[in-house]
Amino acid sequence: MTAGTEPEVGNARKRKEDARLITGRTRWTDNITLPGMLHLAILRSPHAHARIVGVDVSAALREPNVVAAFSGADVADVQGSLPCAWPVTEDIVHPVRPPLAVDAVRHHGEAVAVIVARDRNSAVDALDAIEVTYEPLPAVLDLAAAAEDGADLVHPDKGTNRSYTWIFDSADAGTGGSVADAEAEVTVHRRYVQQRLIPAFMEPRSVVVDPGAGEYTIWSATQIPHILRVFYALLTGVPEHKIRVIAPDVGGGFGGKLQVTPEEMIAFLAARRVGKPVKYTETRGDSMLSAHHGRDQIQDITLTAKRDGTLTGIHVKLLANMGAYLGLVGPGVPILGAFMFNSIYKVRAYRFECVGVFTNTTITDAYRGAGRPEATYAIERAMDELAVELGMDPIELRRHNWIKAEEFPYTTVAGLVYDSGDYDKATDKALELFDYAGLRAEQRRRRDSRDPVQLGIGVSTYTEMCGLAPSRILGALRYAAGGWESASVRVLPTGKVEVVTGTSPHGQGHVTAWSQIVADELGVAFEDVEVLHGDTRTSHKGLDTYGSRSLAVGGVALVEACRKVRDKARVVAAHMLECSPDDLEFTGGAFRVRGTPDATKTVADAAFAVFAAHDLPDGVEATLDADATFDPQTFSFPHGTHLCATLVDTRTGQVTIDRYVAVDDVGKVVNPLIVEGQVHGGVAQGIAQALYEEAVYDTSGTLLTGSFVEYTIPSAADLPTIVTARTETPATSNPLGVKGVGEAGAIAATPAVVNAIVDALRPFGVDDVPMPCTPERVWRAVRSQSGGAA
Amino acid sequence: MSSSNRSRVTIDVDGTRYVDDVEPRTLLVHHLREHLGKVGTVVGCDTSNCGACTVLMGGPDQPQRSVKSCSVLAVQADGTGVTTVEGLAGPNGELHAVQQAFHELHALQCGFCTPGMIMSAVDLLRDNPDPTEEEVREGLSGNLCRCTGYQNIVRAVRSAAASLRAQAETTMEVAA
Repeated sequence: MTAGTEPEVGNARKRKEDARLITGRTRWTDNITLPGMLHLAILRSPHAHARIVGVDVSAALREPNVVAAFSGADVADVQGSLPCAWPVTEDIVHPVRPPLAVDAVRHHGEAVAVIVARDRNSAVDALDAIEVTYEPLPAVLDLAAAAEDGADLVHPDKGTNRSYTWIFDSADAGTGGSVADAEAEVTVHRRYVQQRLIPAFMEPRSVVVDPGAGEYTIWSATQIPHILRVFYALLTGVPEHKIRVIAPDVGGGFGGKLQVTPEEMIAFLAARRVGKPVKYTETRGDSMLSAHHGRDQIQDITLTAKRDGTLTGIHVKLLANMGAYLGLVGPGVPILGAFMFNSIYKVRAYRFECVGVFTNTTITDAYRGAGRPEATYAIERAMDELAVELGMDPIELRRHNWIKAEEFPYTTVAGLVYDSGDYDKATDKALELFDYAGLRAEQRRRRDSRDPVQLGIGVSTYTEMCGLAPSRILGALRYAAGGWESASVRVLPTGKVEVVTGTSPHGQGHVTAWSQIVADELGVAFEDVEVLHGDTRTSHKGLDTYGSRSLAVGGVALVEACRKVRDKARVVAAHMLECSPDDLEFTGGAFRVRGTPDATKTVADAAFAVFAAHDLPDGVEATLDADATFDPQTFSFPHGTHLCATLVDTRTGQVTIDRYVAVDDVGKVVNPLIVEGQVHGGVAQGIAQALYEEAVYDTSGTLLTGSFVEYTIPSAADLPTIVTARTETPATSNPLGVKGVGEAGAIAATPAVVNAIVDALRPFGVDDVPMPCTPERVWRAVRSQSGGAA
Repeated sequence: MSSSNRSRVTIDVDGTRYVDDVEPRTLLVHHLREHLGKVGTVVGCDTSNCGACTVLMGGPDQPQRSVKSCSVLAVQADGTGVTTVEGLAGPNGELHAVQQAFHELHALQCGFCTPGMIMSAVDLLRDNPDPTEEEVREGLSGNLCRCTGYQNIVRAVRSAAASLRAQAETTMEVAA
C-alpha cells in the first residue's frame, strides 16, 4: 500500500511465491548438490514384525562406489531414540524407537541398514548385497484385537499393546454433568471407523546433511525446521548453536512433514561417520512406508437426547492406532479431537475415553486436522442418525442444539471458551446457495419414482480449535513445547522492510500474506516487504507451521512487531516534525500532525533518519527494528456449514457429487485468494477420505497401498467444482480477528459427503457405508439391506 | 557411475544442445535433473502416476508432445528436442499464457506439481484450444496435485486457452 490507498489486508493479492514456482527456478531439498556430496540408500524391512538375527554389510562394502555401509547394531550406542514430544499421560508406555532397527523390526518398511555411495544408483544397487537374517514374529494388525488382554505384543518387553488411556469427563472436570445422568428419551449408538490415510504430500521427503567442520548444516523438506533443530541437538549431542536447519522450498506437508524422522537422523549419522555431505531423497514407495500415516481410529459414540431433539449427552470411546511406536505428536492427535466431539452444540454431559494402541504398522501422527476431522466426522454422522431417529430434518436438529450468536463467549462441555461465531448466518447462507428446498423436492421425486439413481443431501456443521496454541494449555496437556510464535521486523535505510517469521510455509503463501499485513501496519508498499523464513540462521526463533496456527499466532506476532517499530518511528518522526509524539496520528500510511495534515513523515523517512543518526532524539538507538513473540491466551474457532448433494447409482454403487457448497467463517481474511485455495484443497482431501483413500495392510502386515497406483489420491477428473462463500465473524481473541483456515475443508467435507451418500440410501434401510465409500462398498450396502445377493 | 557401458545421447533441452554419455538405464528425468541441472522438473512418484516430471518432447520432424520424463529413458530421447518448464517463457522472460494464468488465478500452492501440470496443460491446449471444464479435468487426470483441489487449475487452463485463442487471432490479423 502506498500512503492513502486501500488497505492491503483483505485484498486478493496474487502471490509473490509464484514467480519461481511457475518457471522452475525452485529450491527443493533434492535440488541441492554440494561438492563431495554422497548419496544414501536405506534397506527397509519386508516384515511387519521380526527379530533381527544378523545384518552383514561386508559384501556391500565391496560394491563399486560404496563409501560406507552400516546397520542399526553399528550405531546402536550413538543413534538414540526418535522423540515423542507429547506423552499424554504420566504412565504412557513409550518404547524406544531407534532410527535404524537394532534387535527387531516392528513394521513393514522400518529402516534396517544403509549404504552411502558416490551416486544414487550405486547406493541403491548395493542394497542388494546387504544380508539380513530375520526371524519372523506374529504381526499385530487388528486394532481392536491388539487392545485386548492376551493379544500378541508389538513390544513384548512392555507387556501390553496399550500405550495410554486418556479420559475426560465433564462431571469430573466441572464443565458439565455425568453422561450416566443425562436424560435419554432417545439413544443413538454408532461405531465409525476412521480408516488409515497417508498424507501424500507431492514432494517426497529429502534431507541433506553437511557436516562441515563440526558445524552441521541440514536442509530438510520439513514443516518444522526450528523444532527439528532442537531435537537434532538433544539427540546427537552437537551443541544447538553448531546446527543450522534450513527448510527451503517445501512441497506440501499436511502434517506429514511435522515429524522428526528416522531418515533425518540416519542421514546425520551417515554424514558424521563419513565426514562428507550426504543426501537422502525418498522414493514415493519409501514415503508410503515410512512417512507417518494419519487417522486410524475406531470410534464408539453414544448420543442421548430428549424427544424434542435436545442433545443431553455424548459418550465417546476411542481406540487410536499409534502404529509400531509413538510419533512426535501422535499420542496427542486423538486428544485434540477430544475437545471437538461436542462441536457447536450446547450439550451438558460429555465423557471421552481414548486408548492409544500399538500395532505392527507405520506410525500414525498429524494429518490435516489431526483429531478434529475424526471427531467432527463422528458427531456429524451421529447427529444425522439422531435426526432420523427423531424424524427431524438434520439441519433443524442441529439448529435446535447449536450455540446462538448472542451466547458467545460460550464455555463448552469440554471446557473450551468459544469466543465468537454465528452458526445461523453461515448455515442460512449455505442453504440459500445450495437450494436446499429444491434439492429435497428432487430427492422426493426420485424416491417416489424409484429412480435407480438416488439423490442424497449431506450436511456438516463444524467448528475446530485452531491457532495452536496457548503454551499453558499445551503444558497442562503434557505437550513438551509451547505454542507461541515470533516475528522480527527491520526497516532498512531506504525504507524497504525485512520480516523474519518463525512460521515455516510450504504452500500457504505466508510471504504474500505477511507482506500485506506489514504494508498496512507500516504504510509501506506491498512490493517493498521481503519475508524470510525456514532457516534457523536468519529465523532464530519459531515453532513452525501446523494446526492452522501461522496467521492466528505468527500473524499476530508480526502485527505486534510492526507496532513496536511504528512506535519507535513515531518518536523519530515527532523529532523531525518538532512536535510531541502524542501530536501525531498514523493514518494513510504516514504520521501526520493533528490539525496540520500537510506536516507528515513516513516510516521510511524515519528509517533514513535513524540510519544517518545525525539528529536522533536522546535515548533512541540507531536502528528501526523490533521483535515480538505472541503466545495466545486461547484457541481460535473457525466454523462453517458444508452441504453436499450426491447422486448414487444403486445399480453400480457409483457416487457422483452433484453439488457442494462450503460456507466458512475463518474470521477476518487477509487474502481471499489464499483462503479460497485453502478451502478448495481441504475439501478435496476431505472428499478423498470419504470416497477414495485408504492405506491397507494385508494379513501379513505388508502395506498393499504402497504407491499411487493403489493409494488413489484423486485427480482433477475425480473431484467436483465446489461453491465457496464466507461469513466473517472476527475472532475477539486476537488483534487481527483471524481464526485460521488450513484444516477447515478437510474437517467439514468428509461427514458432509458420507451423510449425503447414506441419505440417498435411506429408502434401502442403509444407515452407514464404511469409508472410503467405494462403488463396491456402496453396492454391498444397498444389497445387504434390500435382501439382494451381495 | 557404476557402469562402463555408456551410451552417447544428444538432446536439445530448452534450446541448448547437450551431448552426454549416460548409463542406458538412466531415466530422462534423472538425466535432466542430475546431469543437465534442469532441476525445475521434479520427481513425485515411482509409478508414472503423478505427472510432476512432465516435459514436452519431440523429434526433429515431429511436434513436441507431453511425456512423463520418468517413463522415458534418456537414450530414447536421443536426437529429440525437449522443453521443460524452465524453457517455456519467452526470450525476454515473458511468461507463457499458461504460466501467467496459473499465477493470476492462484492455481498453485506448494508448487511441486506445477511444472508438470503446466507442461501437460500446454500440450492439452495444443490439442484442444477451447476445452470444456470436463475436458480439462480429463485431460489433466494424469497429473496429481494435493494442494489445490484442482479447481483453480481448471480455471487457469481455461483462462489460458482464451488468452491463447486471442493471441492466435491477433497473429492471424497481423498476418492478413
